[in-house]
Amino acid sequence: MLALQERSAGAAGTPGRRVSADARSVHAGPAATDALMQARAVKKYFPVRKGILKRTVGQLQAVDGVDLDIFRGETVGLVGESGCGKSTLGRTLIRLLEPTAGEIEFDGVDLRRLGSRDLKTMRRHMQIVFQDSVGSLDPRMTVKDLVGEGLRIHGIDRKGRQQAVLDVLERVGLSAEAASRYPHQFSGGQRQRIGLARALVLRPKFIVADEPVSALDVSIQSQVLNLLVELKQEFDLTYLFVAHDLAVVGYISDRVAVMYLGKIVELATSAELFRQPLHPYTVALLSANPEPIPGRKHQRIVLEGDVPSPIDPPSGCRFRTRCPIAQEICAEVEPLLEDHGHGHPAACHFAGTPLPETRSVTG
Amino acid sequence: MKTLLAVENLRTGFDTREGFLRAVDGVDFEIAQGGTLGVVGESGCGKSVTALSVMRLVDRPGRIAEDSRILFEGRDLATLEESELEKVRGNDISMIFQEPMTSLNPVFTVGDQIAEAVQLHQNVGHKDAMDRAVEMMQLVGIPSPAQRVQDYPHQLSGGMRQRVMIAMALSCNPKLLIADEPTTALDVTVQAQILELMKELRERLGMAILLITHDLGVIAEMVDEVAVMYAGRVVERGPVADVFASPQHPYTESLLDSIPLLGMRYSTPLKAIRGVVPSPLEWPPGCRFAPRCDYAFDRCIGEDPPLLPVPPQESACWLCKSGRRVPRARQVVA
Repeated sequence: MLALQERSAGAAGTPGRRVSADARSVHAGPAATDALMQARAVKKYFPVRKGILKRTVGQLQAVDGVDLDIFRGETVGLVGESGCGKSTLGRTLIRLLEPTAGEIEFDGVDLRRLGSRDLKTMRRHMQIVFQDSVGSLDPRMTVKDLVGEGLRIHGIDRKGRQQAVLDVLERVGLSAEAASRYPHQFSGGQRQRIGLARALVLRPKFIVADEPVSALDVSIQSQVLNLLVELKQEFDLTYLFVAHDLAVVGYISDRVAVMYLGKIVELATSAELFRQPLHPYTVALLSANPEPIPGRKHQRIVLEGDVPSPIDPPSGCRFRTRCPIAQEICAEVEPLLEDHGHGHPAACHFAGTPLPETRSVTG
Repeated sequence: MKTLLAVENLRTGFDTREGFLRAVDGVDFEIAQGGTLGVVGESGCGKSVTALSVMRLVDRPGRIAEDSRILFEGRDLATLEESELEKVRGNDISMIFQEPMTSLNPVFTVGDQIAEAVQLHQNVGHKDAMDRAVEMMQLVGIPSPAQRVQDYPHQLSGGMRQRVMIAMALSCNPKLLIADEPTTALDVTVQAQILELMKELRERLGMAILLITHDLGVIAEMVDEVAVMYAGRVVERGPVADVFASPQHPYTESLLDSIPLLGMRYSTPLKAIRGVVPSPLEWPPGCRFAPRCDYAFDRCIGEDPPLLPVPPQESACWLCKSGRRVPRARQVVA
């Protein structure tokens, strides 16, 4: 069905590839009825408490008004620096965190209206894999119990669990002997496979992968990335892939959303984002990424200063305090995530404006 | 260029309940005066222990083998008296670490901590040392340094803390700066700031840099020479441009091929190195990479290859016995 749509769209997507959003509009247009996840104006604030009485003195605006559609069978990458709200958004979308405001529709169901019982049922279809495989796996449980836990919660009997667990372990590249061992007996890469098995065993439709390879060495990172790609094909999965590494996110994603201080500032197909980044923050991120190609000359935009606090974000455009091309309007009017005529949306009044070259870098 | 530091057959191990853990097991490298060397490798390859060994900061149960030599300007740091060594540390060689928060004392202002480093190594009063602290903070690009010297570490961001560490490390004009994963804990835009700063300071102050990192991108950008470590050994070394363009050791090749470059897509699977890094309690016989190597043959399992010359590189691989080997064509995305 997707392939058909792609062809009818007639754009220069990769023909024959089942999942490619290249041909699709990056925003949910009328044709995009196959959205698995639709988020509208999603906000997640955390109260900031102080003093003995723990009075709320402010709100940390971790996610502040995000619209995002995730289509069936695609991988959406969420990239940004620490504190930009990417992990919070991932968790809020599957209601691991209760959204402060906004609408989240998953597979045609309004997630915010679900009671705890219905939400539990729905959870089978939405799973998450964490970065910290030590913290997310109970050290006192065997792999068999860890992987089977979800099945047990969803009422599958012991016999049914046994086979399902062994099947899924094999699929993620772990031997049957692994089933009776404990998490500490595994390496980081293998623990990440256990985390994946835990998510997969329920045969979900949607997986939030929250920095799943960030703690791994590069040779192990590539094993896990390859596995994620294979599993997606095999189990018809849809991923939200959260990470800070642009090259990794670009590699695995069909579309990439760039976040800064709680907002999506640019949304494009992975290919398009690298070809023509529009938001100055995206441009700076791309230029800051050190690539293992010695002698390659490229323009380096070094951003001044640090990310401002999400408790008291700047007025107007949140990036303006570090933006090399900011003007008065940026402090007054908040730019919306819209297509400014460049083919994909970017939340910038001057989207696509070339940035002044800070310095040329060889390396 | 004169050699500043020559490490010869460095072997550092740890006595553990499970036996003697050979973390660094015969490492050789050199750094010229004002030169830059990057040591790159994955977790557990021994790169950080190598850096600590150069400063002789390896505490019990760790020990440096007796025949290891760490020649700094001709003096062997491996056998130097502790009192002599203290004059070298900080004055001639200083070090910055990955996590500045754990290296900074939370109950003293950053100014006091920089001044302390200055006073330890130079015969100056507190007032002069504080002036020097302000000057150093200015040098590393901390805005309004005269005020910020009064700040405590927790009041600074991660990037600013790393700048303070650099200020402290450079306050006595060392000839060699050892940087152990200096940007690993930082965000990419802040990493870019710190890398730029380190390059700029090197040009201005002319110190040599020994950069330890797992990040091949940082290596490509920062150093001229690279040593690739695997399982406690240097498996390949040479000019970074040559090593990356035409890796002679299969491990270097696999490592480079396993990283997605900007613009690569999932339709092309990444190179994965099968298996896991062996345990330093029991390195495999012969070539330590052989069990994971696509090219391994009989000799690799039986005999340990030394670093063989493949000018301008050296590679510890039997395939380089009779000169350069031709690595697989590598993908380079424009």
